[in-house]
Amino acid sequence: MLASFVIVFREVIEAGLVVGVVLAATRGLAHRGAYVAGGVFAGFLGACLVAAFAGAIADLFEGSGQEALNAAVLLVAVVMLIWHNAWMASHGRELARSLKSVGEEVKAGHRSLMALAIVCAVAVLREGSEVVLFLYGVAAAGQTTASGILGGGLLGIAGGAVISALLYLGLIAIPLRHLFGVLTALITLLAAGLAAQAMRFLAQGGWLNDWVTPLWDTSSVLSEESLPGRIAHILVGYASQPSASELAAYLAVIAVMLVVRWFAGQERDGHRGGMRASA
Amino acid sequence: MASLSPAAFFRTALFTAACLAEFAVSPVSSAAAADVPTFEMTLKDHVFTPSEIEVPANQRFQIKLTNEDATPDEFDSHDLRVEKVVGGGQTGIIRIQPLVPGRYMFMGEYHAATARGVVTAK
Repeated sequence: MLASFVIVFREVIEAGLVVGVVLAATRGLAHRGAYVAGGVFAGFLGACLVAAFAGAIADLFEGSGQEALNAAVLLVAVVMLIWHNAWMASHGRELARSLKSVGEEVKAGHRSLMALAIVCAVAVLREGSEVVLFLYGVAAAGQTTASGILGGGLLGIAGGAVISALLYLGLIAIPLRHLFGVLTALITLLAAGLAAQAMRFLAQGGWLNDWVTPLWDTSSVLSEESLPGRIAHILVGYASQPSASELAAYLAVIAVMLVVRWFAGQERDGHRGGMRASA
Repeated sequence: MASLSPAAFFRTALFTAACLAEFAVSPVSSAAAADVPTFEMTLKDHVFTPSEIEVPANQRFQIKLTNEDATPDEFDSHDLRVEKVVGGGQTGIIRIQPLVPGRYMFMGEYHAATARGVVTAK
């Protein structure tokens, strides 16, 4: 029961923390609950599908289908997070000023929500499929301890939900004037960490053969196996043994975020200037 | 990039993703796989056989894991920096990057009480 609690808890916090960040980032946007819930539900359905077709997926790309899928969904999440931050850079200030906006803003808000719903969906899909496979294995084996293991699994889900809720509550307790900055930084590092993870899967799948050995090892300081290490891994992309390709991807995403935000900010200011001139 | 709207950025990103996907369907692994040492391993009754393997250090290698159990398990190793689910009755290739000499623990995450092993790089 303890073992199953540990496994399920571990996977659920990975997805749950991402959902917590997304919920905090979308506070004040209309219909965000429906988008996030829809994303989580789609991710859950996807997880079941991935689990059901795990064999067929594994056989793709000369046996590296699983790695391809993992890398692809991670990179999709990275793109969505970058897009969200770009949107925030051009609309965040208006949003902060009046949490209810109209017309184009609302439409753009829906697109940003859709991007974040996809982020939730792929997080749940990735981690959820492992939980589904594990619990399926337990159920299929028909062990006498199955009920205990399933109980542990349910406790794991509850525990993961509690940690995620704590993160969400902690984030929304941040004063509004700081919240956007904190969330932007958090989403940037979250995306950078996901990109680094994608590099690991590309290496494991055999597509990346250089820059793959660890540069250093800080596991004696903060182990990724520990709960704080794991949370740091998910939220800010902490890796105790990063390779050069992971580090490069991490830094590249931070650089892209900064450039995109700068351009989006420029565009907003230019747009405003134009409006003022014509008025 | 002069006027980069989120939508334009999104198109660029999609294009990049498409390029990456294109890159993904032509793995360079096929050529590399031939000269990479492969270690066969089976998982039966949630126990790895052999549970200890010795591999050359500073050289890429792969483990060909056959899961003879009916249920899936995940070959998981923080030390080796890999995780891979292998379904019941299926075979999976786990590619491992060059290792510095040392002992590296691994486990079948779904049955970690019994499914454990060590890779020794020399």
